Formats: sequence, C-alpha cells, structure tokens
Amino acid sequence: MVVELFLDLLSQPCRALFIFAKKNNIPFEFKHVELIKGQHLSEEFGKVNVLKKVPALKDGTFTLAESIAILLYLRRKFNTPDHWYPSDLRKRARVDEYLSWQHTAIREKGCRIFFTKVLMPLAVGQPFSPDKLEEAVKEMNFTLVQFEEKFLQDKPFIVGSEISLADLVAIVELMQHDPNFLGCKRFADRPKLAAWRSRGEEAVGKELFQEAHKQVLNAKSLGSMQLSSELKEHLKQILK
Amino acid sequence: MLTGRMALELYLDLISPPCRAVYIFAKKNNICFEFKPVELFKGQQHTEEFAKVNILKKVPVLKDGVFTLAESTAILLYLSRKYNTPDHWYSSDLQKRARVDEYLSWHHNSFRRIAPKTLWIKVLIPLFTGQAAPPEKLQEVIDELAASLVQFEEKFLQDKPFIMGSEISLADLMAVVELMQPVGVGCHIFADRPKLAAWRSRVEEAVGKELFQEAHEQILNIKELSSIEVEPKLKELLAPTLMKMLK
Repeated sequence: MVVELFLDLLSQPCRALFIFAKKNNIPFEFKHVELIKGQHLSEEFGKVNVLKKVPALKDGTFTLAESIAILLYLRRKFNTPDHWYPSDLRKRARVDEYLSWQHTAIREKGCRIFFTKVLMPLAVGQPFSPDKLEEAVKEMNFTLVQFEEKFLQDKPFIVGSEISLADLVAIVELMQHDPNFLGCKRFADRPKLAAWRSRGEEAVGKELFQEAHKQVLNAKSLGSMQLSSELKEHLKQILK
Repeated sequence: MLTGRMALELYLDLISPPCRAVYIFAKKNNICFEFKPVELFKGQQHTEEFAKVNILKKVPVLKDGVFTLAESTAILLYLSRKYNTPDHWYSSDLQKRARVDEYLSWHHNSFRRIAPKTLWIKVLIPLFTGQAAPPEKLQEVIDELAASLVQFEEKFLQDKPFIMGSEISLADLMAVVELMQPVGVGCHIFADRPKLAAWRSRVEEAVGKELFQEAHEQILNIKELSSIEVEPKLKELLAPTLMKMLK
C-alpha cells in the first residue's frame, strides 16, 4: 500500500511535501483536497485529519498531520540523502532551529499577507485594506531581515553548503509572495535572498519546482478564485 | 568536574514556559549545565551583550562551547541526542516519534501563541499601564485557549495517559509548561477539565514533583511581580506588543 498525501498545491507546506517526495522518488498517491472548494472542512477529510488542515499523510492505518512531522517521517522511512536532515548533531540542530522558528515568523507573516491581499477580499467581496497589507508587509520585512542575519547569513544554504528541509520549507513560503503576483517585491530588493532562492530551485530541480508552483504563480486565476460559501464563512470567522 | 572544557550554558528565565521545558528536561536527565539567568522583566534579553548570544533576543538559548542554539524544540532535541536520554522522550519508533513531531509543530500556533496572552492581560498590562485590561480581552483569550484545549484533548491526548502513549515525551513537557502560564495568573483551566487535570498530574509525577514545583515557583508566585518597578526603557520596548494585545 502506497503512502497517501492529502495536498493542495496552493498551500505552502503542501508544496514542501510534494517537492520533497518527488525529488526523493518516494512513491505516493496524490489525494487532492481542494481548499477553495472547502474540501478540507468536510467530514470525510476530518477522518483523515481531525484538525481539518492540509497537508496530511495516510500510511496504511497511520494518519499524520503537520508538514514538519510528515517531512521528518518520510525522510526517516525512506532514508533520504543525509543533507536534507544531516546526521551531524549541530547541523541537524540548525535545521530544527529554523523549522521551529519559522512557524511564528516567515510562515505566520507570509500567511497574513496572503490572507489580507487574496483570501479576505475573496471571502468578503471587498478590496483588501492597504493599511492592513502595509502592516503585514512591514512585519514580513522585519522577519526577512532576521532570516538573513540569523539563519542564512553568508552561507549558500541555511545549514551550509547543501539544501536541507529548512531551505525547502522557507522557499515555498516565500513563493506565496512571488513578486509576479503580490507585488511585494520580496526578491527584487534582496539580492542575497534572490540568489539563495535560485540555488534552492536548482537543487530541487527547476522543472519540479515550477510544477509545484504552477498554481500559486498564476496570478490571473488566483485573483478570480471562486471560494465555496462554506469556506467564505469559515474564513470570515478566522479573520475576525 | 571536567577541567579545560567549557560547561554547557543554558540562558533561561523560568517565567518563560519554553525555558521551563528546557530546565526540567536538563535537570531530569542529570545534564550538567550552567544556568545563565536572563531576566525578562528587567529587559535583559534586549541588551547588546545578550544579542551576541542570540540575535533573535529570545530565551531559551543553549551555548555549548562556541555553538549557540535558539528555539526550545531544537534545544531539547539537541540535548536528547547529545546526552542520549531515555528513549521515551523522543521515541526511536517511527510512528511514535512522528506523533511527538506532530504535537511539537502544532504547539507553536496553539498553546504557545495563546497561553502567554493570559500573563499579558492579567499581569503585564496592569503592570505597564497602571490599569486593568478590559475584561472582554481576557474572555477572548480564555475562549481561544478553550478551543485549543478541545483540539488538544481530541487530537493529541485522546484517551491515552500521555500524548505518545504510555510514557511521557517531549510533547507532554512542552504542552504542560505552557498551560501552567494561565494557572499561574489565576486562570484555572484544569479545574473543570478532569481528563486534562489527570494528564497534568501524570506529567508532574513523571517529571518528579519537586523538580516540577521548583521550575514553576516563579510563575506560581507571579503576583509578587505586581510590585516591581518596571524600567522605562522596557516599557518603551514592550509598548507595541501591548498595544497589539489591547486592540
């Protein structure tokens, strides 16, 4: 029985998982959970993940939520190359450090931007608030400075010379705000970050990287997404 | 005593839940370390000196020779590996370990994000502004925390003695220290939740009552804080977070 991964490539953590599994030739069944149709809120999906979030994994009777947990599980089960999660004590600690910090840093700030600029307007049928967006972008900018100063520094990747889970998890988050769509000029202003992103894309493989990001980089289709009414209600509740 | 070798340093303030997790874990596993106090209420995390230790200006931090490490999860994992602590803390079993990872990930945007707000509202805001926070604010936080507690019981604890199963792990430790924050400021979240209360007792016992109490002495006596003089510089630094909380 093949591992099932419940994904929607609109979601950053789903993309990290998708890329990781494909890159490492991990056989899996892609179970599409369409977020804009609110499929993650269904009772059926609730049986896979009671937290009603993607990504989720199902390996036989074993189900698992949280992308970080799933990445680590796949890495161990399929014994992927060492650089993804180095066996060296200190290098591994650096990956853990980033994976922990990012929840309330890049992930949180990034999500806020996406909610404010894309989801909120679609949910309430009104244009986004420029003030709220400005605030969200400001926080993200501060976070990116911390990222460059503390985590990336002058290294090619977060842990050193090779890509790891830390870089993968970081890059997919920042791709939600690709300058092509959100106009936040995330990479244009930051040559060091831009260079790192290119290296990451190359390490993963350009074709796979582009495949994973096809949906989220399609500005036109993103802006005209039709959210299900259930999802709209759900969003209005969280965004309150 | 090992001469010629720098001791492991842990930069901690036991007011902070993640610091308590690291402290308890190290002590429980007889890991020798030098306790480097960083007094949060004196704003010591904002000093230039501490920034050299952790540019993120947060505790806990580990310093092992020239190697410094932030983030309590990373620190706990590092210690568990370096000191080869008993397996139950971070099981070598693939699926059990995944359960711990799952909790440790979820934790950030649930208990870690919400529980500290109770301290802000009940202690810090009055301390810094001289006024009580609006009661609706506290209710908002209590409701948010309640929703998280439901998810915790439903998804993570269920009917097991501990999150992973029959033994305590890093997941239980991280969860319990965070939930002691509201308790310390008078939000008795365990009072009407028997399953949770039983779990907390089990965790306390597994850790050792004396050590548990020792780690929580400060937060459980937090009312004493209400009489301290807050440095104006610290007030200034914390003002934006304060405003955000009150919005």
